Amino acid sequence: MKKNCLNILKICLPVFLFAAAIARGQNEINIEQNITVMGMTKPIPVSLDGFTGEVLDVLKFDLYVQGFSFVSPDAAQYLISGSNAGNVQGRLTDRFSKHSLLARSYTGASLRREAHAFADDIVLAITGKKGVALTKIAFKAEQPDGNGEIYVADFDGHNPQAVTHDGAIVAAPAWVPGRLALYYTSYKLGNPDIFSHDLTTGQRRAIARYSGLNSSAAVSPDGTKVAMILSKGGSPNVYVCNADGTDLRKLTSTSEDSSPCWSPDGQWICFATKINSRRLLAKVPAGGGEVQIVKTIGVSNPTEPDWSPDNKWIAFTSQAREFDVCVVPAAGGDVTIMVPGEDPSWAPNSRTLVYVRRTASYRYVLSLLDAPTKQVKDVARVSGSDSQPAWAR
Amino acid sequence: MKTTKLIFPLVLALAATLATTGCKHKPVGVTKLPGQNPPQVGETGPGPTLPNTPPINPNENPQGNPMALPPPEEFDNMLADRAVLAADTIHFAYDSSVIRSSEKANLAAVAQALSSDPNTKLLIEGNCDERGTEEYNRSLGERRALAAREALAKLGVDPMRIETRSFGKDKPVDPGHDESAWAKNRRDDFVLLHPKPGA
Repeated sequence: MKKNCLNILKICLPVFLFAAAIARGQNEINIEQNITVMGMTKPIPVSLDGFTGEVLDVLKFDLYVQGFSFVSPDAAQYLISGSNAGNVQGRLTDRFSKHSLLARSYTGASLRREAHAFADDIVLAITGKKGVALTKIAFKAEQPDGNGEIYVADFDGHNPQAVTHDGAIVAAPAWVPGRLALYYTSYKLGNPDIFSHDLTTGQRRAIARYSGLNSSAAVSPDGTKVAMILSKGGSPNVYVCNADGTDLRKLTSTSEDSSPCWSPDGQWICFATKINSRRLLAKVPAGGGEVQIVKTIGVSNPTEPDWSPDNKWIAFTSQAREFDVCVVPAAGGDVTIMVPGEDPSWAPNSRTLVYVRRTASYRYVLSLLDAPTKQVKDVARVSGSDSQPAWAR
Repeated sequence: MKTTKLIFPLVLALAATLATTGCKHKPVGVTKLPGQNPPQVGETGPGPTLPNTPPINPNENPQGNPMALPPPEEFDNMLADRAVLAADTIHFAYDSSVIRSSEKANLAAVAQALSSDPNTKLLIEGNCDERGTEEYNRSLGERRALAAREALAKLGVDPMRIETRSFGKDKPVDPGHDESAWAKNRRDDFVLLHPKPGA
């Protein structure tokens, strides 16, 4: 009898909480922010049973970088079981309530893709949020001679495909939100120019070929505008134009600006700059206006900001002697230093980051960081040196 | 006893006079560096505390009016000569685009080459060492090239004859990972541009 009551409570409690959240309306967001402590959240313990080889590797990778840890069934909160004979079949059970949360069979794709799809379903069933196992990243793969190509790959680095064949210095790929299209910098024509590239049609065109520097394109959340760094005015500053390069406007008159990124509401452009010889993060209204400093208390030399899709955080790189990946509330404030590394880019889940790790042999390796738990895993490598990752979202 | 009572106020008065007049003399052996130190605000006493930095207004333009670059078409139909000014490469301090006085002779040589043939133009390539982040370095390299362009303009070269290109840290001359390599890589290379024959 007592046990039954407990079970009813366990089933009903989330319903009560959900109702309370609805009743509170806006406040729901605040509650959630209070419990997400960057770098200090415990991973969710799960057990994996019945999977082998590549499917087991994929499931472990996908879940690890989204905040799960692997334990024996008697220590797990959730039990994941199934098989990968012929195709992936999986079940997810809450060990305490004994309730089956998921039972599904996956067909019609590679085993790898089926495993990613199962991982996404597990993440959704447990956290209520969409997983990122079927998303893509873009990055720069550099050869020893300094030339490189822009690549697109699965988020774990598998299935890489070269987007460019320029045999030139390339840089700073940026996704068009929600589309298979990129903007990036290429020195193919001599100068650093910005190109837009539709990955479906293969069509590309130069959208910024001004004198001096044209680099660091960042596409607005609605896909209609592009922020970038140009030096045509005699100083590297933030400019914004339409997606096709028309209607160019200069937004800043600060010094040595770099790496613009957009707020998810499209209202702000955050960038790195130098004011009175101090390197800072700043933001400017996307339609033009006063530049405001984004405080990064506790670290020095911030660069490479990236605004989280849920509007709560800005990830960036700080530099003391070495580089660190850092996170600060989007309004600015106290910084949490995450891991040694640079150039972070948020996943659509606003918790996982792809960033660059320098190896002891001065190579760049792409790595994934689950910001709440600080769990880290390298992605598969394309070249000797992969950098400047951008997560499709 | 009486004398000591008289002397004491005298000593005080002398000390007070020295304190007020002594400060009017300039300190010996201190050379003020031009334009390097931001003005101190608030506490100036010695100690381990960080100096107060002046309030920052990001909307003030500290660079004055930057000199806009000429349109890229101005540099069509030019042939690059990388050899003639190869010895005039200038180098920079870490994380700085300030042109040091040690580099001014090289800049004067570049200005001389341009003034001796008014048909020539100039490409300045800015480069960085590997220690900054990638796009930060691309902007810093561009600032280094622009700084040399501004300095050449002060030497009388028409800035509309000069274009700039930043390679960030992508084109080191020394692939090493120590200060001697980094010092060589923080540089502006000068490429003289001649009109193509018949153009």
